[in-house]
Amino acid sequence: MIRKTCLALACASFGLASGAYAADSIKVGMMTTLSGPGAGLGIDIRDGFNLAVKHLGGKLGGVPAEVIVADDAQNPETAKQITERFIKRDKVDVATGVVFSNIMLAVGPAFFGSETFYISANAGPSQYAGAECNPYFFNVAWQNDNLHEAMGKHVQDKAYRKVVLLAPNYPAGKDALAGFKRFYKGEVAEEIYTKLGQLDYAAEIAQVRAAGADALYIFLPGGMGINFVKQYAQSGMTKKTPLFAPGFSGDEDVVKAVGPAMEGVFNTSHWYREMDNPANQRFVADFQKDFGRLPTLYASQGYDAALLIDAAVKAAGGKVADKAAFRKALETVKAPSTRGDYRFGNNHYPVQAYYLREVVKQADGSVSNRYVGKVMDGHADAYAKDCRM
Amino acid sequence: MISSNGSSRGTETPLIAGLPGPWIAIGMAVLLALYPLAMNTLGEDFYIGVGSRVLILALAASALNLALGYGGMISLGHAAFLGAGGYAVAILAKHGVVAAWIALPLAVGVAAAAALLIGAISLRTRGVYFIMITLAFAQLFYYLAISLPEFGGDDGLPLAARSLVPGLSLEGDLAFYYFVYFTAGLAFLLLYRLVASRFGRALVAIRENERRMAAIGYPVYRLKLMAFALSGGLAGLAGALLANLSMGVTPHTLTWHQSGILMVMVIIGGSGYFWGGLVGAAIFLILEETISGYTEHWNLVLGALLLFIVIVAPNGVMSLRERLRRLPQGTRVATIPACEEKA
Amino acid sequence: MLYLILEQALNGLQYGLMLFLLAAGLTLVFGIMDLINLAHGSLYMIGAFLTAAFFQALQSFFPALLLAILATAAIGVILERLLYRRLQGMNHLSQVLATFALILIANETIKIIFGAQPLMIGMPASLSGAVELVADELYYPAYRLLIIGVGLTVALGLYLLVNRTRVGMWMRAGASNPQMAAVMGVRIKPMFTFVFALGAALCALAGALLGPLLAVSVGMGESILIPAFEVIVIGGIGSMRGALVGALLVGMIDTVGRLVLTFGLKLVVASGTAATLGPTLASMMVSLLMVGVLFFRPQGLFPARG
Repeated sequence: MIRKTCLALACASFGLASGAYAADSIKVGMMTTLSGPGAGLGIDIRDGFNLAVKHLGGKLGGVPAEVIVADDAQNPETAKQITERFIKRDKVDVATGVVFSNIMLAVGPAFFGSETFYISANAGPSQYAGAECNPYFFNVAWQNDNLHEAMGKHVQDKAYRKVVLLAPNYPAGKDALAGFKRFYKGEVAEEIYTKLGQLDYAAEIAQVRAAGADALYIFLPGGMGINFVKQYAQSGMTKKTPLFAPGFSGDEDVVKAVGPAMEGVFNTSHWYREMDNPANQRFVADFQKDFGRLPTLYASQGYDAALLIDAAVKAAGGKVADKAAFRKALETVKAPSTRGDYRFGNNHYPVQAYYLREVVKQADGSVSNRYVGKVMDGHADAYAKDCRM
Repeated sequence: MISSNGSSRGTETPLIAGLPGPWIAIGMAVLLALYPLAMNTLGEDFYIGVGSRVLILALAASALNLALGYGGMISLGHAAFLGAGGYAVAILAKHGVVAAWIALPLAVGVAAAAALLIGAISLRTRGVYFIMITLAFAQLFYYLAISLPEFGGDDGLPLAARSLVPGLSLEGDLAFYYFVYFTAGLAFLLLYRLVASRFGRALVAIRENERRMAAIGYPVYRLKLMAFALSGGLAGLAGALLANLSMGVTPHTLTWHQSGILMVMVIIGGSGYFWGGLVGAAIFLILEETISGYTEHWNLVLGALLLFIVIVAPNGVMSLRERLRRLPQGTRVATIPACEEKA
Repeated sequence: MLYLILEQALNGLQYGLMLFLLAAGLTLVFGIMDLINLAHGSLYMIGAFLTAAFFQALQSFFPALLLAILATAAIGVILERLLYRRLQGMNHLSQVLATFALILIANETIKIIFGAQPLMIGMPASLSGAVELVADELYYPAYRLLIIGVGLTVALGLYLLVNRTRVGMWMRAGASNPQMAAVMGVRIKPMFTFVFALGAALCALAGALLGPLLAVSVGMGESILIPAFEVIVIGGIGSMRGALVGALLVGMIDTVGRLVLTFGLKLVVASGTAATLGPTLASMMVSLLMVGVLFFRPQGLFPARG
């Protein structure tokens, strides 16, 4: 896969790190998770990004693009080493691709210290949105709390008044639930924290039933989410206590793993597949054609990251080496995107709309997400006020 | 069951062969001292950082080698000590203690104490039980680190700056490399003294025949425990240096996969050979760096390589010299140094 | 509250029996072939992926399950012939490393063949409902009852196989002294192959049965490997009875213990702290149990051999 990308984009092999500042090419370091349990997400980001580069004729901003792909294996140590390589040997102009926030936090300082632009196609840690915001960090996806906030608002608006919350027992889990509660003001019947990487959720499902709540919100990233949604859907509880989830727990990869039982699960996202804009139509159609699967929001984020880089390079007149000009371009350029309009806030995180999606049975009998409605418009994150930039 | 590997137990286990000659040691030291200068001249500063990583993991693997290769204790939980050292440095830094001469010894102390405690309980068991109980302890550390907000949970603890050494800034690649070089060099010297001493010989003898050593009056349990604690302490030192290199520590350092990788390094190099840890770490990291640049299926290559080594050269790269020497006589090489007495 | 605990006891039983399916194979292979197989979890993963593949082709659960069991057993036979037979004579360290290598190879191969996204195994429609065990108070998913039933049947079957059949006698003889058994006319090698295939089949059974409940994804083997190892270490390696007792113990502690711990702590300390402390302790409970057992009985609860 890597080699294919390399051939297509004529990526440099070992030791050919010269001429990084020549205006005739732009080097992108794509570090993402391609092996281990989280590989599906990284592969989607990479495929989305590469699809955009393909659509742009192998160029970004009219300049021939080299995409160097590396697998962080969801290991902060490995990621650290790749970062060093990107900066010191490959001398990339822009980096992107990290899926997980803990990896982002491990590699961020090295990118910022070397004044390498990092365009996050997923990880949106609160640190980099607030006090530790950085001129070289841009997030083209969403701040980690945003999807939870959107769902909190939806559940609040729909007048659910007794909610059970569920997350793994680690700080990110607590942050997620705090995000939900920022907009949900009703009663929290129960806050359940589970073991990280837990397999069986029968005990928690029984607790939800015993609590007699009228809605359940979960934050269970990765395999945990699939395990839970499978078991919850099969317990027949979705009818009694509807399940609300962040977009990534209701996305097409999860639907594919859970199957028809997933019908009726609500989730929030900044993007939905039916979005009516030319970039998105082309992305969705070609992604299915090229990869034989429905795109997830991760894939859309990878695609949007490439479109943003493209637009900014163009706006900066191809001069990526002029850091101030390139930053100005990234901040202000109106890049096309699969999600429609968005802009960056003062902390370089997007200010954008969030939507509600529901997993439904489609006309052809398959199960997938359908757009339900807009939950928030022009929403920024809660940390932007702490950012002095 | 009567141990079926009694007969196949490593006959050419390195005993004294596991000690380095002085000229090799000096040559190695000079080579490693010149390496970053060469890279610097070539303008490849990236490889200086890689060199620091190799030295640090070589130290970690050598620490494991003391327990595993010399002591015959198959620990699948050494990541716990690596992590203990790293977290000690990061937590101290969080509370404003950044002086290297305090942080590093404390990290070693914390890791050694953890190893002493874990060893005291684990060494009551043997064989597979020992492998599994060390693994279980490492899992306990992992869950503790990931659950507690004081430890930074999943995000781990970042380090704002490297440890302070008076009169020297460790922020540059070159300076940090030499800091690691001298620290690890001291550790290797200590390791050499240990292995060459009566203690080291007794340890190897216990590995070979624990009952006999007990019968002639050696305090077997105490000697093994001492070796295990020393091994843990040295792994803690490696952890402290690793945290400095990576500017932080994450729970990933504590996973059982990490323990497995350390073991893999020792085996690639040669368990029970003095340079086994260094050679193994270097080969592993260089291969990882090279191969993962070409394919995302690095794990497949690593798996195949590992299988090949276990089946074809179970005593690791360092044993090849003896194997070559023996080849004319057609001796078949047996397995890795025997490790445990079967219950 | 009583029914909640009762329901958790059923869940604990179900989880424990699934762990038993894995632990039984692990302990048989260790006891009889003297082999540590870290890649046991990979056979479980392979079983689950094959079930998913057959399910997608046939759209029917039970035939997919049968085919997957046969296919995984066949893979087991091939692995035994090609690799494990060589490993048998080697020491534990070589075995740990070689099977660690197999885990890496299996994960990567599965990813190449099936892709990185998790797969789906549909639950048989007839079993997707819940059974009313106590009127109005206790409903329990029919599918989980099926798992409990299968688990108990397999446990009984293994007991009979090991203790009441000629093959079982050979197995016991081979376990206590392979050379002697060979001299007495037991064909040791085919028996090893049989034992290994049986272990692989049990893995596939567990993988297939859990498939509708859990994510069928790369790396699923490791998440269940460690509990399975804890089971056989607690129970005593090589002992079938130990595997069963250990599995049930681990299953119960993990589900009921988690619940009781959280509720119990709530009575003692403020509820916010309890919600954090409970799961932290709960996730460590099984490891602590194992450490405790080994502290007092370094050979596990039911040592297989003196």
